[in-house]
Formats: sequence, structure tokens, C-alpha cells
Amino acid sequence: MTRTLTALSARRRHPLAVVVLIALALLLVGGLYAAVAPRDAQASTSAASADDIEAGKKLFLANCATCHGLNAQGGNVVEGKVAGPSLIGVGAASVDFQVGTGRMPLAQSAAQAPEVSKIRFSQEQIDQMGAYIASLAPGPAVPTDEELDVSGVSDEQLARGASIFRTNCAMCHNFAGKGGALTAGKYAPDLTDTSAKHIYEAMVTGPQSMPVFNNNTISPEDKTAIIAWLTQQEKRPDPGGLTVGSIGPVSEGIVAWIAGIGILIGCSVWLGMKSS
Amino acid sequence: MSDIERAEEAHGQAGTTLAKPAGGLPDRFENPGLPPHQHRMGDTDPKAAKRAERQVAILLLLSMIGSIGIIVSIIAIKYDGSFDRIGLSTRAIGLSMFLSLFALGVGAVHWAKTLMPDDERIDYRHRQRGTEAERAEAVAILKEGAGEAALGRRPLIRNTLVGALALFPIPAVFFFRDTGPLPGDDLSTTFWKAGDYLVKDPEGGRIRAADVSLGSVVHVLPEGIEEEEDVLNQKAKAAVLLMRLEENLLTEKSADWGVDGTVAYSKICTHMGCPVALYEQQTHHLLCPCHQSTFDLTQDCKVIFGPAKRRLPQLPIEVDDEGYLRASSGFHEAVGPSFWERG
Amino acid sequence: MSTIDKVAGGVGNFADDTVGASKVVNGFARKIFPDHWSFMLGEITLYSFVILLFTGTFLTFFYEPSAAETTYVGNYAPLAGQHVSEAYASSLRLSFDVRGGLIMRQVHHWAALVFVAATIVHMARVFFTGAFRKPREINWVIGAILAILAVFEGFTGYSLPDDLLSGTGIRIAQAIILAVPVVGSYISFFLFGGEFPGQDFIPRFFTIHILLLPAIMLALIVVHLMLVVVHKHTQYPGPGRTEDNVVGFPLFPVYMAKAGGFFFIVFGVIALIAGLVSINPIWAYGAYDPSPVTAGSQPDWYMGWLDGAVRLMPGWFEFNLLGFTFSMNIFIPTTVVILFTMGVLCLYPWIEQAATGDRREHHLLDRPRNQPTRTGLGVMALTFYVLLWISGGNDIIAHMMGLSINDITRFLRVAVFVLPALAFVITKRICLGLQRKDREKALHGRETGRIVRLPHGEFIEVHAPLTEVERWTLVQHDSFRPMEIEDRLDAGNPSSLYGKVQRRLSKFYFEDRVEPVTPAELAASHHDHHGEVEGGHHDAVDAGNNPAIGTSQTLHG
Repeated sequence: MTRTLTALSARRRHPLAVVVLIALALLLVGGLYAAVAPRDAQASTSAASADDIEAGKKLFLANCATCHGLNAQGGNVVEGKVAGPSLIGVGAASVDFQVGTGRMPLAQSAAQAPEVSKIRFSQEQIDQMGAYIASLAPGPAVPTDEELDVSGVSDEQLARGASIFRTNCAMCHNFAGKGGALTAGKYAPDLTDTSAKHIYEAMVTGPQSMPVFNNNTISPEDKTAIIAWLTQQEKRPDPGGLTVGSIGPVSEGIVAWIAGIGILIGCSVWLGMKSS
Repeated sequence: MSDIERAEEAHGQAGTTLAKPAGGLPDRFENPGLPPHQHRMGDTDPKAAKRAERQVAILLLLSMIGSIGIIVSIIAIKYDGSFDRIGLSTRAIGLSMFLSLFALGVGAVHWAKTLMPDDERIDYRHRQRGTEAERAEAVAILKEGAGEAALGRRPLIRNTLVGALALFPIPAVFFFRDTGPLPGDDLSTTFWKAGDYLVKDPEGGRIRAADVSLGSVVHVLPEGIEEEEDVLNQKAKAAVLLMRLEENLLTEKSADWGVDGTVAYSKICTHMGCPVALYEQQTHHLLCPCHQSTFDLTQDCKVIFGPAKRRLPQLPIEVDDEGYLRASSGFHEAVGPSFWERG
Repeated sequence: MSTIDKVAGGVGNFADDTVGASKVVNGFARKIFPDHWSFMLGEITLYSFVILLFTGTFLTFFYEPSAAETTYVGNYAPLAGQHVSEAYASSLRLSFDVRGGLIMRQVHHWAALVFVAATIVHMARVFFTGAFRKPREINWVIGAILAILAVFEGFTGYSLPDDLLSGTGIRIAQAIILAVPVVGSYISFFLFGGEFPGQDFIPRFFTIHILLLPAIMLALIVVHLMLVVVHKHTQYPGPGRTEDNVVGFPLFPVYMAKAGGFFFIVFGVIALIAGLVSINPIWAYGAYDPSPVTAGSQPDWYMGWLDGAVRLMPGWFEFNLLGFTFSMNIFIPTTVVILFTMGVLCLYPWIEQAATGDRREHHLLDRPRNQPTRTGLGVMALTFYVLLWISGGNDIIAHMMGLSINDITRFLRVAVFVLPALAFVITKRICLGLQRKDREKALHGRETGRIVRLPHGEFIEVHAPLTEVERWTLVQHDSFRPMEIEDRLDAGNPSSLYGKVQRRLSKFYFEDRVEPVTPAELAASHHDHHGEVEGGHHDAVDAGNNPAIGTSQTLHG
């Protein structure tokens, strides 16, 4: 696709443009390498130590095995429903996302597991559980710091990230990442306070209703660009003013009625009142 | 007040049935007339009037400050492309405009309310309907005119006139003929044909069947569509969603038209044409964000909820020798919203 | 003579010599306008329309009505190098690079939302007070046409920036057109110049939005206002106010200052909202492309009711017959609903005239309680409208409140029929209750809050008798009875179809009613009142035993 490159020269130059260009070049080389290098679909049996795996297994048995089975093979079928899905091959990324956002262990049965602010495990424990699950079968690994580093993302990549976001993500998470409803009480969550790591992990693992976006569907660089777009969108103040939730015309209509018509009727009442 | 009496007369006329009179009292109460005027403080107290005058003047001064504020905001806040500056400018101009306009308005109304005479005045109304004499005169004039035109005696002119007047606006419709081509089969055909490779939307790039993992979804366009002159028109019909799930969950036909559980369905809602892009990988439901039509992938994208009637059309796909996905034929039916000729 | 007087004299003289200004001044300057806050609602509408003309003209200086493809080269990094339409690029340019451009765009859009909202509130005021009655039927019809034109005007404007949200809206509009039986595909192809979206709709919608619809609306608004002058303004009932006068303040100077000042108030409030609250951030939506879509794709609020109706419609309304597709699941909740609503709105003055058989002019407004059936019908219609509006936001509600979108939709499919009916019954009851309270007050005076103990030990609240002036508002109105009781002169022939319909209607409207207190009743009540104090009867007036209150069943079996 040439569309993203044509405008590069036409854009106004920022003093940092050279730096950005170098970074872009580096990224391109890296990206090319990543694309060309033989690689088995983001599979990785992490290089975790045997101790970590052992500790992770203990944590798993104590906290997860009730639903997911003693060997993470999936829970028994209770009343026609599987208590918990098999975790063979879901990878450390899945563990880090599910446990790290508090969705697991599941507090109570609902339409879907909600994000919980109080995380019951330390990052070390989560990593140990992840190492255990990753040791069972290859699966997506926790993203590296480079994959999450958005500082090197160029404007063109940003635009590409925004475009991919609109096609692949906005239909559920809304144009500004504010989330939206799915069927029967399920929902795509608001991404505003979700960390870059968890967004990345969600893309590669496809938690709950969300489909999987593996590295062939959306390349790692594009994933980084999507995250860059989301984070800068949150940081950038809306030039128009208050965004009233960034949920589109519904909230705008409510403002027009309550603030607009409300204040104006107030003024009319004052105008029609007799002066004392 | 004679007008009030007249009004009372009107109340008693036919058209309403009123309570029966009793004991010599009137049927209805009589309008007591305007209540005595209540003076405002400013009418009697010169100090209050002076105060109101000052208040109005302050409001008008505030308005002037606001107007100057608008000018200053426009001149002083230079745009450098950053959202901060645009936001600052918008805030500054908006609030100055508010001050300029609102203070002016409130000042004027306050002036009217406190200092202009507030004793109520009366204007009298006249019935819209003319008096009998006026009506008779109008009828006479019309009759006379009609007599002079003598349309009654010249039915030939009358009839041809009616015909001419009825016909003359109709050609206007025909001027619209070249506002667009006739539909032809445009609504029933798409860009897809046998052998078209599936490429990722929006990044481009062919898709290897092996790269589509279970539970994943890829937004897909036919290769070459970006080079079309009417690319948006083509996209509006050709957008496809590629999904992979356990093959045994699919119906026989769906599985046959797919590759190892990877299936391609039109993304254009059969209801009103929004992209049905919300795929729930656990329930295998597809939800349209516009009107919530829900399609079940495991039942060949049958509608299971919402206002859509027809299932999403499936695009038959196959793998080439190198493992890339391509269409084995175009769509077998029209995609997108219903239309009369669809049948 | 001061200089100012001299100049004024000169200008006045010239104006009179050339255009006969003295006659205009004599005719108009002292025209009387009654004071009431609800009479300002129409002015909010008018003024926001004027604001829309101002700001819209400014926007046209920068906007390019073209769907031609271009590459975005502006400052906004997340769109850098994207292929977008000229329309979208120029909308961004006028927002980001034109000083004051964004505030103008926001004022324009907020004014549009307020404009349609004020139109509806104004219509509701006119409806509930009966201001559409003779001789104002035509003005009511003009107003109804203006309301629907305002909706279309808003929709065409919403479509112009060519962002993702507006494009989705156009896509749905095109589907609505396609669903029109027989000619749908043809109309769509002629409107869009071929397939959707094509290159033609932006310049065409632009012309419709800035020329065709505003010109028609402006002409209708002029006629609307001229008729207000011809008819003179209605007024609320009260002492001294009759069908033959209008009590208020003169145009010059009082209403010049009040109404003129109110224009600036409306403009100021809209500028305040526009300065503080973002509206339609087109840069965040991205350019229109038929493949992406955003969660929560909604139209602006005034189209929300139609979108809601579409969402509620079950799919099985679509069927095939004789080889053709009948998309009744789209056609009914859009085209049919619009035509039906407009039809009922425009015909309403005559529907009510048939029920009352009343052909007199009315310049005194009804207090809504004194027309329980009409008020009930109005609240019923508004409830229906609001429920459809809520249906249009069902996904937002589901997400915000953590509910199931399917449950909400199923609930609304029933509620949209049940709740309006309920609203009708409840509103009517409330109106009748308020009328009874009015009767009570007219007969026994107002409650003073002072409790006294009677010699035999009972406590009663002392009621202060009303003055003539206070009482008048409570007793001034007419009360209609169903026609079958006493045929009126102007009622239709009872054996004709129209006559039958008229009697049905009349019964529906006026079967349940509370009649205003008459002088005779007041006299009787004063008599009773003494008896009450002596004998301890407190409920002298009760719906059951007073012949003036109750239903015709109790009167006539």
C-alpha cells in the first residue's frame, strides 16, 4: 500500500522529523526482518526457569484448576456448560491478560467476566502462572517492551494504526475506544484505562467474545501503531471541548435538550416574569 | 368594557351546551376585567429606577468587553496545528461570544422589564371572516369576473385549460432522467469473481489459509478493488468478513464453501447495509451495530434477532497451490439491503 | 431640535416619502404582544434558524462540496496520508486551520440540534394550549411542514462532512429509499447518480442543504410570521382577557427590546455550549469508507425516533411476493411512519373540529387540563415518540447500564404500544383531577393553611373565598358535551357516515368531563357551606353526587 507514504514529503516538517524518519527506517528494517524471518505464528515456549513453572503450577492448582481442570485441559461439563475452557496453547499472554486485568479468577457467573480493579495476584505470580501455561503448549507470549514502545511510531504508522483500528476494532469498541454493547448483555469494554500491554495481549489472544488478531492478521508493528493511536487519542485534548463520553450523537442530543433547551426555557421564564 | 360583553355573547352562542340557568343567576360568570395594575419598585422609587439603569449599563459594558474579547481571541491566538491552540481559541472565542451576546440580550430584556412602561395595553381583534356584506360583495365580484371569463359557456376552453395545466408540470420529472443511470444489475452484482484473492482490509496483502487461527476474524476485500475508479461503490458491496471456527460447528453447506472451518461472509447487512462487523468468537454470533440484527454463523448466518430478514450471503472460497485464499466464485445472490427487484 | 432628532426626522421623512413608512409605523409599532414564557419557544426556533443562516454562510466559504478523492495533508497526524474526500478534508481544514472555524462549525451544529428541539417544544405548546384552533389551522399545518423540513435539513447537513458516522447515516438513508416499493431502486440511482455512495450525493445534498430546503423554510417562516400578525397573538385566559382583545405590551419599544434581546440570549447560550462542548468530532471518526463502522452509530437526535422504530421492527415484515421484495421491515417504520405522523399532525385541527363541531374563532388558549382528551392524546404521542427515541439509543443504554440489548429491544417492542396507552389514561385522569381541584377551589376558596377547631370538636381548614379576579381563570372555559346528547346546529347529519364518525369522536373526546362552576353552583355552595359548618358535612362536592361532575353514563345511562 503506497497511500501512507505519498504524503510524507508534503507534510509540514517537525524538528523531530529526522529522528522520526530514522526511527521509521529502523522500524521498517526490523519489521521487514520480523516479516521475513521464519517464525511459527507467535508461538513461544518462554524461557522461564523451571522454578517459575513449578511455582506457577502450584498457583494454578490452588486458584484455577477447579474450573479449568487439574491439567488445564478444561473443566467438566456442568449442566451443559463447560466450567472453564481448556488452557492448552492459550499462552502466557492470555494468562497475563485474564489475571492481570482481574477478569480471572471469575468472581461470579455473568454475561461476561468483567474487568476488576483489585488484582489478587502480584505480577510475579501472574508471570509464574503464565510460565506454567506456556510450558504446556506453545501460545502467544507476553509482548516485549519493544512491541509496546510507541515512541518510535511515525505519523504515517499512526494513521495506518488509526485506519486499522477503524476497520477491525471500532465496530465493537467505538471510534474513540469507549466500548459498546454486544448481544445479550455482553459488551466490548472501554479501552481508556487499559494498559498497552493488556490491549496487545487482548489482540493476540482474543479473550471472551473478542476474536483473535494474530500477527499475520495484524502485524506486530501495526498492533503497536494501534496502541499508539489509542494512547495519543486519550492524551490529546479534544479541541472542541468536553467530549460527553465520546459516544456520538446520543449524548450530544441529551446536551442539546438539557443544556440548550433547558437554559433557554429558563431565560424565557425570566423574560416573561413581571419585574418586582 | 364593551369588548368583554361582546365576548360573553360569543360564549353563549350555539356550538356549546352550557349548564342550565338556575334561580335567575346568569349561565356563566362574567369576566371581571383587568385586575388593578401593580406598580414595580422602579415606578415609584427613583433609587430603584437608577439602580436598574446602572445594571443595564453594566450588562451592556460586559457585552462590549465580550465583543473585544472575540477580536482579541481571533488575532492573538495563532494556530500552529496543535489541538491545544485550536481548543484554546475555540474556548476563548466561544466564551467571549457568550459574554458579548448574552450580556447584550440580558441587558436589553432587563431594560424592557424594569424601566419601560409595564402597564398592560389592549389591542382589539377582528374576526377573520368578513361581514355578510363584505362576503356578498366578494361573491358578486367573483361571479362577475367568472361571467366575463365565461368559462361556463365555453367548456372547450375550460376543459383544455384543465388539461394543459395538469400536463405542464409533468415534464419537470423527466428532466431528472440523467441524474443517474438506471439500476441495471448493479444492485445484484459485486466485484468478486472466481479466482479473486482475498486481501486484508485496510492494509492489503493476501491471506494464507494457515495464518487464520481459530477464533480469529479478518476483514477482507477482493484484490484489485483499490485500483477501481469507483472504489467506494465497490467496497460498499464487496466487503467480506473471514472467520475461522471449528469446522464441525458449521452447517454442511457453510463448511463446503469454506476451507477447514475458515468461511467468508458478506459484511454488508441484509437489512440496511451497515457493516455487520461485530463477531463474537465464542457464541459465533455476528451483530450489526446500526440496528442490532444478529446472525448466527453456525446456522449459515441465519438471522436470530433484530430487524433483518435474510441471512448474510456466503462467499465460496478455496486455497491456491501456495496456500493463499481466493474466491472460488462470486456471490451467488445479491448482497446488502433489500430492494424491490431483488425477488 | 437636537442633531439626533434632526437626523431621525430626515431618515423618517425619506422612509415615508419612498415606502410610506408612516403607515407601517402606525400599523405595527404599537401592536400588542402578550407576555408569557411559553410564547418565547417559537422565538427560540426562529432565532436558532437565523443563527444557522449566519454560521452556515460562513462555513460555505471554506467547505468544498466534492466527493473527489484527495490525500489528507493537514496537521492532524492520525490521518496523515489517508485518502479522503475533498468534503472531508475541507471540513477538517475549516476546523483546524481557519481561526474561529471550529467554533463556527460547533455553533452551527449545536444551533441545529436546538432548532429542531425548540420546534418540537413550540409545537407541543401550540398543541396543548389549543392554539391550532380556528383561525390558525393553516399556520399549524405550515408549522408541521416546517418541522419535518427541519428534520430533513438537519439530516442533509449531518451528511456533508463525509465522515464515517455521516456516511453510515447516508447508507441507511439509501436503504430506506431502496425499500420503497416499485420505484425505490430508481429513486436511489437518480439521487446518488448511480450506486451508493458515488460521487454525486455530496454536491447534491449540499445544494439541497444550503439552497433548496432553507429557501422553502424561509418562505414558510415568513408566511408563518405574517399569519401571526394577521391573527394577532393568542393569549392565556385571565381576567380582562377575552376572545376580542389581546392584552400585553407594545412592539415598540417593549417587545423590540425583549424579543430583540432574546435573540442575543439564544445566540449567547448556543455560543456558550459550542465553546465548551465538542460536537461531532469528525477527525476522530475518520473519513467515510463503507467497510468500517463504529459502535453506537446513531443519527442526530431528531432522526433517532425513526432509527428506533427501525430497530424495533422484527425482520419477518419483509416478504417476497410475485418475484418482488416487500421490505416492510424498513418501509413501515420509516416512510410510512413519517407520512402517517405528518398526516395526523396536519389533519389534527380538523379532527378535533369534527369532535367539537365548533367553528368559532379561538384566541384564548386552553389550559391543558380543561381539554383532558386532547392533552392525553398529546402526551400519548410524545410518549410514543420518546420511546422510539430511546429505542434508537438501545445499544448505548445497554452498554451504559450493563443490560442486555436483546432484553431492552424486546421490552420496548411491547412498551411502545402499552406505555403510550397508559400515558393517555393517566394524563386524562390527572387533567380531570386538576379540574375537580379547580372546581373545589372556585366553590370553596383557596386553602389558607389555618386550622380551626369547631365548637363540637371537629378540625377544619379555613378556606379564604376567592376574589372575582382570582376565580375567573378557573371558571372561564367552555365545556363540551358529547353530541349524542344534544345535537348542535353545526353537527353533521347523524345518519351520514361523517355524522356517525363525528358522534363517535365527540363521545371519545367529551364523555369524561368536569364542567366549570356556574354562578348558580357557587351560590348553592355558599348555602351548603353554612350547612357544612353547622352539620359537619365536608364533602359537599363529590364526583359521585354532583350532577355537573362525572360521565355521561351517570347522566344518561
